[in-house]
Amino acid sequence: MSGATLELAGLGKSFRGLRAVHDVSFTVPGGSIHALIGPNGAGKTTIFNMIAGVYAPTAGTVTLDGRRISGLRPDRVCDAGVGRTFQIVRPFKGLSVLENVTIGALQRQSKVDRARAAALAILERLGLADRAHQLAENLTLPDRKRLEVARALATGPRLLLLDEVMAGLRPTEVDVMVGFLRELNARTGLTILLIEHVMRAVMALAAQVTVVSYGEKIAEGTPQEIVRNKAVLDVYLGEEEVA
Amino acid sequence: MSARLLAGLAVLLVLLLAAPALLGGYGLSVLILVLYFAFVGQAWNIMMGFAGQLSLGHALYAGLGGYVAAGLYFHYGIGPWAGVLVAIAAAVAAGSIVGYLGFRFSLAGVYFALLTIAFAEFTRIGFDNWSWSGGSGGLFLKVERGVTDLANLRGGPVLFYYVILALAAGTFGLCHLLLQSRLGRYWLAIREDAEAAQAVGVPVLRCKMMAVMISAALTAIAGVWNAFYYNNLFPETAFSIGRSIEMTLSPIIGGLGTLGGPLIGAVVLTSLGELFTSVGDMLGIPGIKQIFYGLALLAIIMYRPAGLWPWIAKRLGLERRL
Amino acid sequence: MNDFLLALAQAVAKGLLTGMVYGLMALGLSVIFGVMRVVNFAHGEMMVVGMYLAWAAFDALQVPPMLSLPAIAAVFFGAGYLLQRGLIQPFINRPEHQQFLLLLAVATLIANACLAIAGPDSLTVQLESRFDSYEMGPLVLDTVRVQAAFVALLITALLWLFFTRTRTGKAIRAAADNHMGALVVGLDVRRLYAVTFGIGAACVGAAGALMIMLVPVTPSLAPDYTLLAFVIVIVGGLGSMTGALLGGLLIGVSEAVAGLLGDPALKSMFSFGLLIVVLLLRPQGLLGRKETR
Repeated sequence: MSGATLELAGLGKSFRGLRAVHDVSFTVPGGSIHALIGPNGAGKTTIFNMIAGVYAPTAGTVTLDGRRISGLRPDRVCDAGVGRTFQIVRPFKGLSVLENVTIGALQRQSKVDRARAAALAILERLGLADRAHQLAENLTLPDRKRLEVARALATGPRLLLLDEVMAGLRPTEVDVMVGFLRELNARTGLTILLIEHVMRAVMALAAQVTVVSYGEKIAEGTPQEIVRNKAVLDVYLGEEEVA
Repeated sequence: MSARLLAGLAVLLVLLLAAPALLGGYGLSVLILVLYFAFVGQAWNIMMGFAGQLSLGHALYAGLGGYVAAGLYFHYGIGPWAGVLVAIAAAVAAGSIVGYLGFRFSLAGVYFALLTIAFAEFTRIGFDNWSWSGGSGGLFLKVERGVTDLANLRGGPVLFYYVILALAAGTFGLCHLLLQSRLGRYWLAIREDAEAAQAVGVPVLRCKMMAVMISAALTAIAGVWNAFYYNNLFPETAFSIGRSIEMTLSPIIGGLGTLGGPLIGAVVLTSLGELFTSVGDMLGIPGIKQIFYGLALLAIIMYRPAGLWPWIAKRLGLERRL
Repeated sequence: MNDFLLALAQAVAKGLLTGMVYGLMALGLSVIFGVMRVVNFAHGEMMVVGMYLAWAAFDALQVPPMLSLPAIAAVFFGAGYLLQRGLIQPFINRPEHQQFLLLLAVATLIANACLAIAGPDSLTVQLESRFDSYEMGPLVLDTVRVQAAFVALLITALLWLFFTRTRTGKAIRAAADNHMGALVVGLDVRRLYAVTFGIGAACVGAAGALMIMLVPVTPSLAPDYTLLAFVIVIVGGLGSMTGALLGGLLIGVSEAVAGLLGDPALKSMFSFGLLIVVLLLRPQGLLGRKETR
């Protein structure tokens, strides 16, 4: 399954007069990895929520491979091929790891036992197979993050939205996740869009980076260009060396 | 399912099949009551335990079911096995309206519960004033002594016992299958976290509607059985909030969202009810039975809020859920 | 025609007066449900106990309800405080169905205790002034009804002062608005909740003492009052005192007018129809604030 092309055109969202996102446009070509960065409150998750169908935009459109997905309900967006993780992970706590991912897999496989088998395969790729029967609420944070990614992957997406999936992970764990995502992208051509604060991951993964601040796009370019961009440094990255 | 559980169920089934031979008239009537509440409780459980929607107006579906089937039999001689199909259709239609309105307008919790109460009350008043259904005077089915007619559900307690046993057992089987199915998995996900479920493609609205419709259909069947067993229907009782509340007690006490819950709840509550009735009659104070009953409910909800079944299952080393 | 209009005006007036008492009852629920989100299914039962207590005071001690009201309210406050602290507090954050069952059990106990103690027959308070009336233009208003309405209004005003002028009152509103914030600034939320329940209970007790002046009491009235309270609170709007009062007036008037038109069923249908419409179109009620989820 190769990745889909995502296009945001003039995307905007206002909440009863509060303008959260204004006129954001960028394109993520199929098969590439793209990062969305910016200070807290810049509107990054709101943008994700508009792509994923949680909010309908008040302006602009989101298209996936040319097909408009903005304004669709989240489950229809998932049908269209978008998988997403949440900033604060939301596993199905009372269900086991395997059951969690199986529910995702049921998106592509209507038979429960086949879905379960597909889920198990994904758990193995993410190193969670040995915890398959543990209750999700008993997992450590890094494992919950991996579970969240596994569950989203099980839906067979052509675009994966990762919302701060590295947050709270130690550097070694970050490297493992980076390695996994890079391999996934190389092997399957899955398009990945990630919101990230962990610059280590952004530098290692992203081909292109879009920077937003106060709901507006202020810069776009390769990671190397972005870390030298004055506007970005002023607003977000500061003077420090980025790893 | 573990082998132990299967063996236990098999023994239980054999005992239940032999019950009319083993029990006297009183015992059988109590057992019939238990099975009725297990059946109707499981039906309610589908909507609450699986789809997470608190309905306090479920008597609407039982009442509609009973009145439709009984009315068709009374006026046109249409037997209950055909009448039940119309009854189900009526209940499913009503359930769809309630469900759709509730979900479309994002009503949850108390608000949704109040909506269900309002619909049941509305219908009660409507039937009170409708002559086809006998109005507030009630609808009465002719009781024919000494006749055993399965096709028209005319007969003695033994006939009704086997019918309710089949219905209860069938519903348990159905729920077990549902829970193992894709829809059942989706229900579990929705119950845990509806938004996260949507994000992985679960069609939440459609799944919730399915739960409501299945629940309404089964409850309607219970209503039909009830109407033909007791041979009378009054809007005052058929659609009453008391009746609705009655349906919720077994699953809540037994354990929401579990398969064994409604059965355990029905056993415990019916036994307690009979016990307190005899004690109450002995003491001769009005309302004493209900006081004991209320105390028992209080004790259970305080000390076993998740219900009795999860606690029992853990003691017996059975599966955690279903 | 003129006769009918007069009768209608008469009914509306009667309904408005009775509605004040309904409003006070609903206020109790608005406070309890609005602040703690507790689904008080025992509300009607509490009302009925208030009616019985006032009846008992009159029957045994010849104390008219308006005089026994403060004592009854105080008793209800204490009982409500203890009930909340002892029984209900652990259930505050539990799922609705558990709260519902808890309060259902409490309601069953209360209703049947009343039945056991007082019997199923209806009991009335026969005040000496029960045949008196005031004349306001062409309208004839029962004295007891006017008195009851006046007291209800007075209590409502006192409550308003409490919630807007006293420290505890403001703290309660803060805790209702923002539980976490209240904890963070050091408010003893548990005590506040207990006080709130006590106040809500006191309202209901007072309303009961007033209601016994207007209608006889039997244990079977309780579920109807519970439902009525919920309808009024939802229609009038959560967290709005004027809303509860307005809802009460609305229901009171519709009841009286339905009585005039001869069909009591109409009254219920109106209430439930209104409830459905409000739930769907304006769940925050006529005067309530929109809830931030």
